[in-house]
Amino acid sequence: MTRSNTMTRVMLPLIAATLVLFCASMLIGPARMSLGDSLSALFAGGESPMALVMREIRLPRALLAVMIGASLGLAGAAMQGYLRNPLAEPGLIGVSGSAALGAVLAIQTGLAASFALGLPLAALAGALISVLLVMALAGPRGTSLTLILAGIAVSALAAALTSLVLNLSPNPFAASEIVFWMMGSLADRSMTHVWLALPLMVLGWALLAGLGRGLDALTLGEDAAQAMGIRLTRLRLMLVIGTACVVGAGTAVAGAIGFVGLVVPHILRPLVGARPSSLLWASALGGAVMLLLADIAVRLILPERDLKLGVLTAIVGAPLFLHLILKLRKERI
Amino acid sequence: MVACVALSFGGAALADAPSAAPQRVVSINLCTDQLAMMLAGEGQLLSVSRIAFDQQVSPMAEEARAYIRNFGQAEEVYMLRPDLVLAGTFTPSHTVRMLEGLGIPVVRFDITSSLDGVRDQIAKMGEVLHRQTAAAHLIADFDARRAALEEERGERPSAMLYYANGYTSGEQSLANDILELAGFSNAAVAAGYEWGMKMPLEVLALSEPDLVITTRPYPGGSRAEDVMQHPAVMALNGNSASTTVTDHDWVCGTPFVLRAAERLAEVRREMASAAQ
Repeated sequence: MTRSNTMTRVMLPLIAATLVLFCASMLIGPARMSLGDSLSALFAGGESPMALVMREIRLPRALLAVMIGASLGLAGAAMQGYLRNPLAEPGLIGVSGSAALGAVLAIQTGLAASFALGLPLAALAGALISVLLVMALAGPRGTSLTLILAGIAVSALAAALTSLVLNLSPNPFAASEIVFWMMGSLADRSMTHVWLALPLMVLGWALLAGLGRGLDALTLGEDAAQAMGIRLTRLRLMLVIGTACVVGAGTAVAGAIGFVGLVVPHILRPLVGARPSSLLWASALGGAVMLLLADIAVRLILPERDLKLGVLTAIVGAPLFLHLILKLRKERI
Repeated sequence: MVACVALSFGGAALADAPSAAPQRVVSINLCTDQLAMMLAGEGQLLSVSRIAFDQQVSPMAEEARAYIRNFGQAEEVYMLRPDLVLAGTFTPSHTVRMLEGLGIPVVRFDITSSLDGVRDQIAKMGEVLHRQTAAAHLIADFDARRAALEEERGERPSAMLYYANGYTSGEQSLANDILELAGFSNAAVAAGYEWGMKMPLEVLALSEPDLVITTRPYPGGSRAEDVMQHPAVMALNGNSASTTVTDHDWVCGTPFVLRAAERLAEVRREMASAAQ
């Protein structure tokens, strides 16, 4: 399959789906407004309450779904490419959970309130520590099993510490937010959250998008990649920092949303001819599609109850995860 | 043997309850804490709940210091040897059953959902504590202050209560009565909310109230309370002259609700003069 062929066959439908779902996300909500009213309020702006709903409530929600979905898809594809392991995913190996711990600490200590970027930077720090920890524990050529076991330990610890911090908080509402930090939600997010997450995400996207050539070379093995002039230490550093940036920024504003980085690259891999470089951008678009879909679904299934996004992504993702484990087991035997 | 004695002692207290005034009263509910502190005679009230000491929800946190602090658990309440326990309808029923099983009479007070309900609560507390005269004075004072507020006429701007997690108070609530008494119309009622319910942010934005009333956040921060600072809420209040928050005066059906209404009426007068 040639590269341009892949582009038209995979990229165009994904872009179209993202656009359609983005529009659907802008038009679905508890306030019943007609299509014409919604659009004119969105573009004309002004002080009207409809403009407020479109610009301050629905727009940030749809934007964050795209940004965070793309980030998770991209991070999943990059990690799987580097580790050559289809089970690597930021949620499963504890990166999202640790980012949530960093975010919770920033909120409860007052760091988030005292300095604008305190929240995403603390989440970034949490994510960074866990990526380094898991990669050190599993080793660069670690088996799937050691990677997943290290991830389970790190996620369990992060979840326990997050719950502990929220239970110790003087705020009576904090403890009930454990489920938000574990499952993620985009309800009632604002443009403030978009601006909080965007800088780190852009940095992370740039770092991860630059991995394409290196990851392609790595499919031939580390020695071959080095012979082709790929500097593996640099590649690894870009991957770690890029993943921590995108996952940290996303988790800081929307909680930990699992399985997007697992499901999306898995579905798209055969469509892009298993080329890691093509899989990167395809997974970014696919992640945006998946999260937009999930966020529309939570609003349609239980409009007033704030069903968490992680519930839906796990219902789709966990069976696929089991399927991948079975497949890996057969290959080993 | 001890239990046997305790039971017979408790049984006797229960039988005598209508005739003799209780002498060792323990309250384990924030709202009964306040009514009891207002009405109890010298030395009659022994202990109030720990929540009564919390400035955030208790307007009588200072007064509470004169009493023993309890955590509302059957064992510690029993150790105080009360002859009457005051509880709320939402006090865990196993605690109440255990105390009653130990022979201690427990009187439960309902949640108050209207201003008339406040009068009933005061009267009930007066009867339970055998302090009917004090209760009658408190009710007379309550009626006078309420009538003074009701006399005010004029424009009725709309107001929406917007609490943590996006909850609002509809028609069947004490908060609604406070709003109405202060001269506002409750925008949640206009939007079809009958009692305390979760209201989507979009519905709040479209109902365009003249005033959005939020709560004062607890320390530590939470996502539940962050929604009250959402730019859409800020934009709604950006046009209004004053902003306000609900506080400990709004929590219970006690005469403090009139202080809340009086302060809110002041906000309404400021809004009216700013509009001119």
